[in-house]
Amino acid sequence: MFIKQLSVFLENKEGRLDEVLKTLSQGGIDLLSASLADTTEFGVLRLIAKEPERARDLLKSAGITARVDDVIAVVVPDAVGSLQKVIYKLHEAGINISYIYGLSVDGEGAPIAIKTNDPDKAAGILEKENVKTLSSEELGQ
Amino acid sequence: MIWNEAKECMSRDELETLQSARLVKVVNRVYHNVEPYRKKMQAVGLEPGDIRGIEDLYKLPFTTYEDLNANYPFGMAAVPPSELVRVHASSGTTGKPKIGVYTRHDIDIWAECVARCLSTAHITRDDVIQIGYGYGLFTGGLGAHYGAEYLGAMVIPMSTGNTKKLIDMMIDCGVTSIACTPSYLLHVAEDLEKLGLVDKIKLKSAICGAEPWTNEMRDQMEQRLHIKAYDIYGLTEICGPGVACDCDYHKGLHIWEDHFLPEVIDPATLEHLPAGSEGELVITNLTKEGMPLIRYRTKDLTHLEYDKCECGRTMARIQRFKGRSDDMLIIRGVNVFPSQVEAALLTVEGTTPHYMMVVDRIDNNDTLEVQVEVAENVFTDEVKSLEALSKAVHDKLKAAIGLNAKVKLVEPNGLEHFDGKSKHVIDKRKLYE
Repeated sequence: MFIKQLSVFLENKEGRLDEVLKTLSQGGIDLLSASLADTTEFGVLRLIAKEPERARDLLKSAGITARVDDVIAVVVPDAVGSLQKVIYKLHEAGINISYIYGLSVDGEGAPIAIKTNDPDKAAGILEKENVKTLSSEELGQ
Repeated sequence: MIWNEAKECMSRDELETLQSARLVKVVNRVYHNVEPYRKKMQAVGLEPGDIRGIEDLYKLPFTTYEDLNANYPFGMAAVPPSELVRVHASSGTTGKPKIGVYTRHDIDIWAECVARCLSTAHITRDDVIQIGYGYGLFTGGLGAHYGAEYLGAMVIPMSTGNTKKLIDMMIDCGVTSIACTPSYLLHVAEDLEKLGLVDKIKLKSAICGAEPWTNEMRDQMEQRLHIKAYDIYGLTEICGPGVACDCDYHKGLHIWEDHFLPEVIDPATLEHLPAGSEGELVITNLTKEGMPLIRYRTKDLTHLEYDKCECGRTMARIQRFKGRSDDMLIIRGVNVFPSQVEAALLTVEGTTPHYMMVVDRIDNNDTLEVQVEVAENVFTDEVKSLEALSKAVHDKLKAAIGLNAKVKLVEPNGLEHFDGKSKHVIDKRKLYE
């Protein structure tokens, strides 16, 4: 259900993303998925990586602010309205979605990462509704 | 023009006799009416009788912002609250603002001092003057206003914030003089040029203060607006604007020594320095009733010149300021301390992250950018909480100092770190060169 997400703070200036990715690749970190949330001033890079804690420590020692959080990985079936169904269940339970993005992981359906304001309650609901999810182990984290 | 020739052109002997008599009186008053002063004097074994004239000034203990803060708001007042008719305030380093309190007589003396300054700039009762300083707690607006009214000029209390209306009224009312910050006047000049209205104004003079400015700025405003520009100095704790002003000869700012006794000290050793030495300006209120300050450390670095000026005045002249002996910045005429930014960050985050204040002057407007390092303890994976952090810092700063700072979140290695004493300010304006 939960997978580890590595979040990295980026100033909006030339070459910062490259710097972060270079640090990770030189450290031999295998990236599974990437998403960037940006504002005019700064960005938050969200990565799904193998060995997320080691990745964070590598970045930290390079002076880059990063943290590891749990997010829920849901596999949305290839059918019209199936993402809406999942979101509706959460909405119905009064859970707010903080952010959502697609994961580029091989397999059936469309895997997505979801961060909510109440992760445990969200997990309970998804379990009850038999929504297919991915675990850290399945991703090789 | 000289407003009060009997005082402004006094011989040094006469002036020193007057200063001595006033010093003895004020020291007596604070000793008997202000507990913190009595304690300070007793701590160094001084009694009022030990002060017989200005030659004994150097025996007296200093007064600093810390004293004002510890006795905020009225603990340093020398009269009962019922005698006070006005309070003004500006930013303090930490904690409480620096306040100035005034009796009716203090307001009159202040108006007299401002009138002297305006006369120095050849402003008379025939002039129409716009006051473009903020009206309110800041001393600039009301201080200049009362002085100009006392002089008999026609006063238009514009305050700040509406340049278009200021320009309209400048033309409609035939304004001949303006009191505002020098950077604001340059901003007004720019707008007048853009609108092609420079030829339509009748402005002859400007009296600018509340922030340090350069000769280049004076040249610019004089050439662009075809006016004469004069520098006015003051500080809330002592009185407000009108403590000193420069004349046509621009050889320093005449300080009204019959009310404000100036001296220069070494800010490191606190030693009184001989006339002409470079150091920190210290002022003693000789006539103030509300809250007379004895040897108040202004933290402004300068030196004094005492020779008679070509304008005829004998009052000592404060020379170009070389900077501050503390870390205070003046941004858009507002006093700002890095410690206020620190306090804002502390209330927002509970910790003080590394930060840097970048001050600049863009199109004659001072700008303040506060760069805040996003370290692990403040970083979250959610953009909205980072934006909330940025907004909270902005709002706290706005509440604390009254300025809209641009808050920029930066990476930890984005700021220079210094060992020991860290540096928190980059001032690109180069005001003291």
